[in-house]
Amino acid sequence: MIERREGWEGNDRANEGERDLFPQLKPGVEILDAKTKDKLCFLDKVRPLHKYYPQWYAARQSIRLDPKGKSLKDEDVLQHLPVGTTATFYFRDLGAQISWVTVFLTEYGGPLLLYLMFYFRVPFIYAPKYDFTTSKHWVVHLACMCHSFHYLKRLLETLFVHRFSHGTMPLRNIFKNCTYYWGFAAWMAYYINHPLYTPPTIYGEQQVRIALIIFLFCQVGNFSIHIALRNLRPPGSKTRKIPYPTKNPFTWIFLLVSCPNYTYELGSWFGFTLMTQCLPVAFFTAVGFIQMTVWAKGKHRSYLKEFRDYPPLRSPILPFVL
Amino acid sequence: GPSAHRQQSPTKHRYPSLHKSRGRGTTTSRWLVLAMAMMRFYIQKGTHKGLYKSIARTLKFFQTIALVEVVHCAIGIVRTSVIVTGVQVCSRIFMVWFITNSIKQIQNEESVILFLAVWTFTEITRYSFYTFNLLNHLPYFIKWARYNMFIIMYPLGVAGELLTIYTALPYVRKTGMLSMRLPNKYNVSFDYYYFLVIVMLSYIPLFPQLYFHMLRQRRKVLLGEIIVEKDE
Repeated sequence: MIERREGWEGNDRANEGERDLFPQLKPGVEILDAKTKDKLCFLDKVRPLHKYYPQWYAARQSIRLDPKGKSLKDEDVLQHLPVGTTATFYFRDLGAQISWVTVFLTEYGGPLLLYLMFYFRVPFIYAPKYDFTTSKHWVVHLACMCHSFHYLKRLLETLFVHRFSHGTMPLRNIFKNCTYYWGFAAWMAYYINHPLYTPPTIYGEQQVRIALIIFLFCQVGNFSIHIALRNLRPPGSKTRKIPYPTKNPFTWIFLLVSCPNYTYELGSWFGFTLMTQCLPVAFFTAVGFIQMTVWAKGKHRSYLKEFRDYPPLRSPILPFVL
Repeated sequence: GPSAHRQQSPTKHRYPSLHKSRGRGTTTSRWLVLAMAMMRFYIQKGTHKGLYKSIARTLKFFQTIALVEVVHCAIGIVRTSVIVTGVQVCSRIFMVWFITNSIKQIQNEESVILFLAVWTFTEITRYSFYTFNLLNHLPYFIKWARYNMFIIMYPLGVAGELLTIYTALPYVRKTGMLSMRLPNKYNVSFDYYYFLVIVMLSYIPLFPQLYFHMLRQRRKVLLGEIIVEKDE
């Protein structure tokens, strides 16, 4: 569900090895702690901060000109910064970091495996007489295929499609995110694969068929958007561009929406809710919708701020509505 | 009365702290009313049996409009954090509406009187503090009470609440109230009994946070310590 999370403006810091922060150093750079204003070190040679404080590897460092201001970027060069002959920088420890790829693989791998455990009715979940049995409803098999396909797609996209603009995020995020994904996956899977599960009753088989079409349509759509976003930026470049519709019809939604990846994601889960007619799934869809709307609005706002000629017809996530 | 302070007043814009203090004062007087009703009942009847029933309607009304306090925090009139106040108000509304109001058999328990007494005392102290603070005339004993009484009041209140929920459990199990079982067309189930057990367990992580937050506030305000807050 989470495609692009806006962290601080930065860039890839995937390698925590030795790096020179300030390659063209003038004499006299002091680094102070942003909160206590203690002098951490004084650099008169070209030597990275973590030589003095080895526990603060590069990804954890936030260096700024003002204690409450924004972090400097890796590419910033000392000569171009507004400092005098003695430069004073403020340091903040961002805490233990973990790479985005690791986080995504863990938070998507969990739901994939957990759901399958419930589907195959592994012991200690349901009553012992149901161990390793399978449901007699075909919609349950269909739901398992859809759910598994969805998370498999996400794992593959993480490995091969997405281009991450930030290398790391704070370590505590992995616990928060995994609790969310794994918790909801287990909650949904428990009821869908339950021996007393009731298949959709409102429109029966018709409902499941329509739901499947919606789901598949949105999966293809979501994938198309990810490919289009990837192609916006060639590898290694940092340029930011407005995404536009391509030859692929699934991308034509860019005419009306800034973040169609979220739109399609919402559609997929809506389809899954319809397919399973399960309240926990509806709940998960609703919570995801709220979170994605928040992200979409943020992204939309930053597009508007950055590009003067941003298409005015576009809404953040739902055409004309939101 | 409570409705008076919600009317738009021309003085609100010229004397904002006076308006806020009127609001704080009204809340203090609500809790004083409750405290006096409780004491009068006990003096007259000599027992706490039936006390809950006599104040029930007033209590429910007051607790529900305490939601306004959360809004006050959210829009910045009061400086307590929204989350801390929100959790407190939610837990109180939960206790009043979903435990004591719904489960008649436990209404005469001592534990109910315990947490009611604690809430009343705590709120009177707290809102007197806010009122006098806004009027810039804070007697030291109120400040002292606000930042010291909680040390025994909070654990006592938690004990009262937990004991009440625990006593209610058998009745919940027997009546199956607020519960939903499989199979049903929404494919969901809810067991109020286990929900209550989880609520009781949630006190374990939540109460210490609240308590230590108050202890930190106490050190900052009463002892003048400078505490650097951990930030995100």
